[in-house]
Amino acid sequence: MSVDTGRIPEWIPQGARVLDLGCGEGHLLAELQTTRAIQGLGLELDPEKIATCLRRGLNVVQQDLNQGLSNFKANQFDTIIMTQTLQAIRRPDTLLDDMLRVGREAIVTFPNFAHVKNRIQLGIFGHMPVNPQLPNPWYDTPNIHLSTFDDFEALCDQLKIQILNRDTSNLSGQRSWLGTVWPNLFGEVAVYRLTKEH
Amino acid sequence: MTDSLGVVTPFSIAFEKPLTLERGGTLPRYELMVETYGTLNADKSNAVLVCHALSGDHHAAGFHTDQDDKPGWWDHYIGPNKPIDTNRFFVVSLNNLGGCSGSTGPLTDNPETGAPYGPDFPEVTVSDWVESQARLADHLGIDRFAAIVGGSLGGMQAMQWAITYPERIGACVMIAAAPRLTAQNIAFNEVARQAIMRDPNFFDGHYAAHDVIPASGVGLARMVGHITYLSDIAMGEKFGRQTPRSDRDAEGANFAVEQYLRYQGQQFSHRFDANSYILMTRALDYFDPTDNERIPLAEVLRQTQCRFLVLSFTTDWRFSPARSEEIVNALIHAERPVSYTRLESTHGHDAFLIADPTYESIFKAFMDRVSDDVGATDER
Repeated sequence: MSVDTGRIPEWIPQGARVLDLGCGEGHLLAELQTTRAIQGLGLELDPEKIATCLRRGLNVVQQDLNQGLSNFKANQFDTIIMTQTLQAIRRPDTLLDDMLRVGREAIVTFPNFAHVKNRIQLGIFGHMPVNPQLPNPWYDTPNIHLSTFDDFEALCDQLKIQILNRDTSNLSGQRSWLGTVWPNLFGEVAVYRLTKEH
Repeated sequence: MTDSLGVVTPFSIAFEKPLTLERGGTLPRYELMVETYGTLNADKSNAVLVCHALSGDHHAAGFHTDQDDKPGWWDHYIGPNKPIDTNRFFVVSLNNLGGCSGSTGPLTDNPETGAPYGPDFPEVTVSDWVESQARLADHLGIDRFAAIVGGSLGGMQAMQWAITYPERIGACVMIAAAPRLTAQNIAFNEVARQAIMRDPNFFDGHYAAHDVIPASGVGLARMVGHITYLSDIAMGEKFGRQTPRSDRDAEGANFAVEQYLRYQGQQFSHRFDANSYILMTRALDYFDPTDNERIPLAEVLRQTQCRFLVLSFTTDWRFSPARSEEIVNALIHAERPVSYTRLESTHGHDAFLIADPTYESIFKAFMDRVSDDVGATDER
């Protein structure tokens, strides 16, 4: 499930230290290295994707995000990015907390489960949604912690995480005016820029 | 074969400038046995140094004769189009000081006495090897290696290079290595040394004067070592509880694994010098860039300037993935550029020598990028 990087690059300062959790084949890190001259590091599990990153000249460490980020120091990065991975994490709450310990800011994107398409599939037809953003059947899916804009903001509140920006896009990274006006119903992808007072 | 270097020829280089050693003592002169593969480019930017492990030597790839049935020890990974691509890189491989494959070591005549050094060969360390390798680079006109690569003890040399000569190394590849040995690692080395020293033919290392070799002790040392290089799974797959092979001397062995270890031990005892083995294991034991934790590893590595690739293997228990991850995490703390993969393998520590598609793909991806960065083009 890849989503266009959308507005993310705008939120990264020049020369920032960036950690990308679940960096995949390193598209975003490579883009940020070119456009923002970042010092980037990716974490990824799949060796084939790691090889692709290495060919691109990126630095990638194989690490399971479910084991947390305890091997990183506090405030080691300016920004920690995690795109479309939060819903596959065993404990999204503890990882979010850890992300904002290691990074000054975090950018998180995830599929909005309250999107109207999902509501119709579940609410009217009575089936767990299966669509381009959530392509797996319920019994075999990495997406074990689906949430909504509203759910996520409630969690941020509970963890005392401050939301700097909220954005929404469709799968190809474009914004729709409906999604902007009413994200919880019409936003396909939730995009958040977060920070936390230490 | 298009992916083999074919026949390669080792050569010896003499160094007449005395080398002062870390643990005391001086070598007034010494020789290093070397092999090189590929072509050094005009700006001398495409050199890769390959460092060998405990019982390795300069013969890392290719064959010594047309009739040779065994290539060099890392032939899977060095050659045309291989991860260390000899179409792009100029590869330097040497037998370390204190070795027994042609470089100055216990078998060499001591110029002061005219007799072989034997047990009186001074103790050498990983730092001494790095120093001798730096002089070798000077001799070859190489100011800076595009990469320095090694597995196991070879990885420790690569790490020491990055620490000692940060400006002379572009990339450091450490495979199945450790930042320093644990008590268990040292214990296995000590059993190996004791096996040699307790052989009645050892004569305190002066076996040459008695015209014998402590073959039984060296063989036993190798048997212990070999067990630690393999995994339980690998041994299970290879031997299980099978009875000895009938086409080889079983020497009263009850199981195939006994026969195999005896065979390996025996072969090794005629190939490797006992004093060299003791010296090499001591260099391994003493390697500790943290100086007994006086300086945290991250602090030591902060002065490095190169990119790092660290690789480990899931079933390696001699230098387990956790040991590689100590290096990785220290590099992360030091904010140095590092990449790391824990490769799936059933082969234990030996996995670093064995062909594997994922290992090859990761290693090649990194090395291709290194060659691009130094402008090393395909010379075919």
